[in-house]
Amino acid sequence: MQKKVLLNANQIDIIINRLVCQLIENHHDFSNTVLIGLQPRGIYLLQKLLNVFSKNHPDKKITSGNLDYSFFRDDFRRNEKLININPSKIEISIESKKVVLIDDVLFTGRSIRAAMSSIDSYGRPESIELMVLIDRRFKRELPIEANYFGAKIDTIDDDKVNVVWGNNKANNVVYIEK
Amino acid sequence: MGQLSVNNLLGIKYIKKQDIDLIFDTADHFKEVLNRPIKKVPSLRDITIANLFFENSTRTKLSFELAEKRLSADVINFSSSSSSIKKGETLIDTVNNILAMKVDMIVIRHPNPGAALLLSKNVDSCIVNAGDGTNEHPTQALLDVYSLKERLGDLDGRKILIVGDILHSRVALSNIYALKLLNAKIKICSPLSLIPREIESLGLSVETNLDKALSWCDAVNVLRVQHERMEKSYFPNDREYSLLYGLDKKRINKLKKDILILHPGPINRGVEIKSDIVESNNSIILDQVENGVAVRMAIIYLLASKMNISKSHETV
Repeated sequence: MQKKVLLNANQIDIIINRLVCQLIENHHDFSNTVLIGLQPRGIYLLQKLLNVFSKNHPDKKITSGNLDYSFFRDDFRRNEKLININPSKIEISIESKKVVLIDDVLFTGRSIRAAMSSIDSYGRPESIELMVLIDRRFKRELPIEANYFGAKIDTIDDDKVNVVWGNNKANNVVYIEK
Repeated sequence: MGQLSVNNLLGIKYIKKQDIDLIFDTADHFKEVLNRPIKKVPSLRDITIANLFFENSTRTKLSFELAEKRLSADVINFSSSSSSIKKGETLIDTVNNILAMKVDMIVIRHPNPGAALLLSKNVDSCIVNAGDGTNEHPTQALLDVYSLKERLGDLDGRKILIVGDILHSRVALSNIYALKLLNAKIKICSPLSLIPREIESLGLSVETNLDKALSWCDAVNVLRVQHERMEKSYFPNDREYSLLYGLDKKRINKLKKDILILHPGPINRGVEIKSDIVESNNSIILDQVENGVAVRMAIIYLLASKMNISKSHETV
């Protein structure tokens, strides 16, 4: 299996800073915004964003949470293996909030559909946006697109995109396995 | 993630510790779901469940029905008083007729021990035992142990006392099996007339003095005297039973430590437990009821996850 680096640590760092700036551009003081990391992998990108906010923009008071959408997936009972469930932690009402869902990779769009259904359990948001680090084009199965993305890549079905978060940011890397 | 080792929940006797761990982990997630403004998930929207109650029930029936509805299953309810059982139909015929209406899962409560097992061997469906005579009540035991674990943490080595009518109690037997799987120490306390023979072979100890037993335990599960299952008298009267085996504030205050108090319900206030105890801080009786829905959601969800949809499509 061939492994090719798509984004190195430096590129990821630049992208995360850019994503933070784009969020500030659209959400200003974040008073009515909630950032939601999607389990299991989106929570790491959320954490990196929060680190940048607290370091570079301490005046922004960010509300965030983690969402597991397993019970809303459309492939329940379609696999031999049980769907892995992770904890959700959303301690505020989502009613009339601007929600930004955060995940590492956008692929078929089915996870995002499940997440959008799931977030409704916490209230009716004013709007939902999507942020991803990697947008895998040409494999969408639903009409879902990201509002904010780190990089768009072209892949074929069998390719595997891995986002690896290291112990420190120098070890962060995104690679593709063919 | 591993699946349950069983396709039906017939009793705790048939499951493993890993199954209990998986059920409890899943129940934790459902407990969070039950605290959301909208307490419903769509996982079982293509599943139909029949609740067959051949014996009276309030909280178990409601708890199962709520758990099923919160999972978005279609639910049909059936009670023996309004059914063709009265006309002489056998249990297996009744259930096969219900299954012919494309029902996927059966929850059954029946006065005869082994009814759920009998069904599992004779009908093609997933069976959940909601209590079979004096045999087992696995979902009650799981929610009891889940509630204990929530308060006490790991139950390994914890001392759990079961007080009351052990002889006629399906809750006692299922609790004993579940607590043993989690390595808890178990003691039972009851008049000798209400203790089954050979009970010590299950690896527990027996104490007939309630005060001694209470000073030993970390938690006590108080069981009701099941007059409806008694064909003869096992003790002189309720007053004497209450004096010797009833829990009241005076008894609890004498203890040198705080203990948890459980009761599976329905409660006979003033017989096995006094009102001052039911409403005390030691009581986790309402936690049990709340946890019952989450635990039953977990059990139904995990059993349904083994009913692979691609297999059912093959038969179409």
